[in-house]
Amino acid sequence: MTTVEHNRSLFGNLAGALAQLRAPGEGSSLLVAILLGVTLLMSAANLLLPAESPLYVSTYTITLMGKYLCFAMLAMAVDIVWGYCGILSLGHGAFFALGGYGMGMYLMRQIGDRGVYGNPDLPDFMVFLNWQELPWYWQGMDQFWFALLMALLVPGLLAFVFGWLAFRSRVTGVYLSIMTQALTYALMLAFFRNEMGFGGNNGLTDFKDMLGFDLQADGTRVALLMATALLLALTFVASRAIVQSRLGRVVVAIRDAEPRARFLGYRTEGYKVWLFVYSALVAAVAGMLYVPQVGIINPGEFSPLNSIEVVVWVAVGGRGTLYGAIVGALLVNYAKTRFTAVMPDGWLFALGTLFVVVTVLLPKGLAGLLQRGRTTDAETRGENNTGEVSAGDAPAEPITGEARA
Amino acid sequence: MNVTAQARELLRRDTTWPFLVPRQRAVDVSHQVILYVEGLSVSFDGFKALNDLNLYVNDGELRCLIGANGAGKTTLMDVITGKTRCDSGSAWFGRNIDLLAHDEAAIAQLGIGRKFQKPTVFEAHTVYTNLELSLKGSKGAWSALTAALTGEQRDRIDRVLETIGLVNARYQLAGALSHGQKQWLEIGMLLAAEPRLLLIDEPVAGMTAEEAERTAELLTSLAGEHTVIVVEHDMEFVRSIARTVTVLHQGAVLAEGTMDQVQNNPDVIEVYLGEDA
Ligand SMILES: Nc1ncnc2c1ncn2[C@@H]1O[C@H](COP(=O)(O)OP(=O)(O)O)[C@@H](O)[C@H]1O
Ligand SMILES: [Mg+2]
Repeated sequence: MTTVEHNRSLFGNLAGALAQLRAPGEGSSLLVAILLGVTLLMSAANLLLPAESPLYVSTYTITLMGKYLCFAMLAMAVDIVWGYCGILSLGHGAFFALGGYGMGMYLMRQIGDRGVYGNPDLPDFMVFLNWQELPWYWQGMDQFWFALLMALLVPGLLAFVFGWLAFRSRVTGVYLSIMTQALTYALMLAFFRNEMGFGGNNGLTDFKDMLGFDLQADGTRVALLMATALLLALTFVASRAIVQSRLGRVVVAIRDAEPRARFLGYRTEGYKVWLFVYSALVAAVAGMLYVPQVGIINPGEFSPLNSIEVVVWVAVGGRGTLYGAIVGALLVNYAKTRFTAVMPDGWLFALGTLFVVVTVLLPKGLAGLLQRGRTTDAETRGENNTGEVSAGDAPAEPITGEARA
Repeated sequence: MNVTAQARELLRRDTTWPFLVPRQRAVDVSHQVILYVEGLSVSFDGFKALNDLNLYVNDGELRCLIGANGAGKTTLMDVITGKTRCDSGSAWFGRNIDLLAHDEAAIAQLGIGRKFQKPTVFEAHTVYTNLELSLKGSKGAWSALTAALTGEQRDRIDRVLETIGLVNARYQLAGALSHGQKQWLEIGMLLAAEPRLLLIDEPVAGMTAEEAERTAELLTSLAGEHTVIVVEHDMEFVRSIARTVTVLHQGAVLAEGTMDQVQNNPDVIEVYLGEDA
């Protein structure tokens, strides 16, 4: 072996050892800290400061932030299947919306007789349709716990059945993406129909309170934001644990060489189905948190375009890194808010342009930019080929022979 | 057994539930033969890739399969490993396991490892992780969630790293390896799984002469403990490792024997000279 080679492998081993020391990734913990810290500060600034104070954060901003965090969670859900397993889902909006409808049904039932028609049991739109009694699938939705359960169960089950059928038949790539689009589109058409019993194209809205708290009150808004931030942090930590476990490594292996994984004895379709179900559940949680904050859920949330937008967020942030998906969602949505204020009709063009630019110039998104910076640092220190091992969310190395010796 | 007794049986803490115990059946090689392939036929849109092929491989043997491009060598491996369904025929692993009744994952878990013609490793993972994922053991999603390497498994990985000469590359991303190193890593991945039978498709394609020589050494050292079937075009290489050679032609076995026997076989000479002419 030449000296150069020797040095290279020596540094390779060193870098590996370093990589396991810094596990589980200080960058990720930083993200959780910032997320929770900013949320707390904003909440305090909203509740404790007078409206005249320059540091006062308006309730509008609080709700906007809560909405962004829901989108961040949705983006993370998409990244888990797309970035880590190569399943490009263009239908995750469906799971988000189903979670949202579950929460919406609960909020609808909380209105009670305060609706326009004053019917204690039936939501307004049902009275309007001359329905005499609550459909069976609305039963029990006035119970918070039951509604939560259903809002998870239904999207989870749908993801399971869809995933089981698609992955078992070994549908991959573009065909799978088209199927996910079809899924969300079909649901959109179904939910548009009045007879479905979900309020037709108006959807569910005019919510009054949640768990007895007035949804318009500042305190409730702040609590919802905090709950969203907390759940985002929790799902982030859980997802990180999953992608860093051996399961996560198998999933990446499936992404890159599925036949190889199969011939090593892995039933890859099983892995894909469970990952897809987990991802759908995260999306559903995001939807459940979204609805009380924006105050409405309608079939537009099933629109295929929505799901495609999520993919752009992930691409911008950097797929295959969880924090990348979160950052991407926050940045693009902030840009969207700003942009639509100036040029309401131009957003789709801007989004399209952004996608093209990112795909061409930054195939690994902003996170890739960050990693490239770090890799260059590493290279100047003489490390070769190992830059990506220590970067970002890369799975931690197992403890090895050297470490024990 | 009544219901309570059944329930009590299920709740016993000192045993694993019967339906969770893997049905690992050891392969029965009491007749010294580990692979029986009989009357195998596969056709693609009417084209017979395998045509009534018979092949018997002894336990611990190193067998070389040769044949022109398109002779059906890869297709044969596809059938044995459960990737391709055959039209007729049978394939048995030992005397007791019907390979045609299992899927790819099950066949891999039975102890048949396969190296692809084009080297295929998990490029985004390190060499070490590639081997970790290949280890024999439970391959289910739930157990993978909490799986951690035992000391024994780490030793196993270290030994494989030594065997394939990649000790110093253990933390390199597999995607950054040279072509030859990828071939070795893939062989190492098979070894980590502790298979009984190794199917190796064109291991020295794209290797330098020196690398090919090391690969030949590696494969010969594996025979005995494992059964190895190697597909190769490189006659030099085949000569250096083979004890028994099977020649495939148009989806059927044309000749079988030692390298010398095969090279002097009139059928083989005719086919090869016919093609050369
Ligand atoms: N999936 C397939 N569909 C159609 N034809 C195939 C398929 N796989 C293999 N073949 C054909 O079967 C024949 C045998 O191929 P193969 O087993 O790959 O040959 P070898 O590995 O001996 O070079 C070739 O003519 C090939 O074109
Ligand atoms: Mg071939």
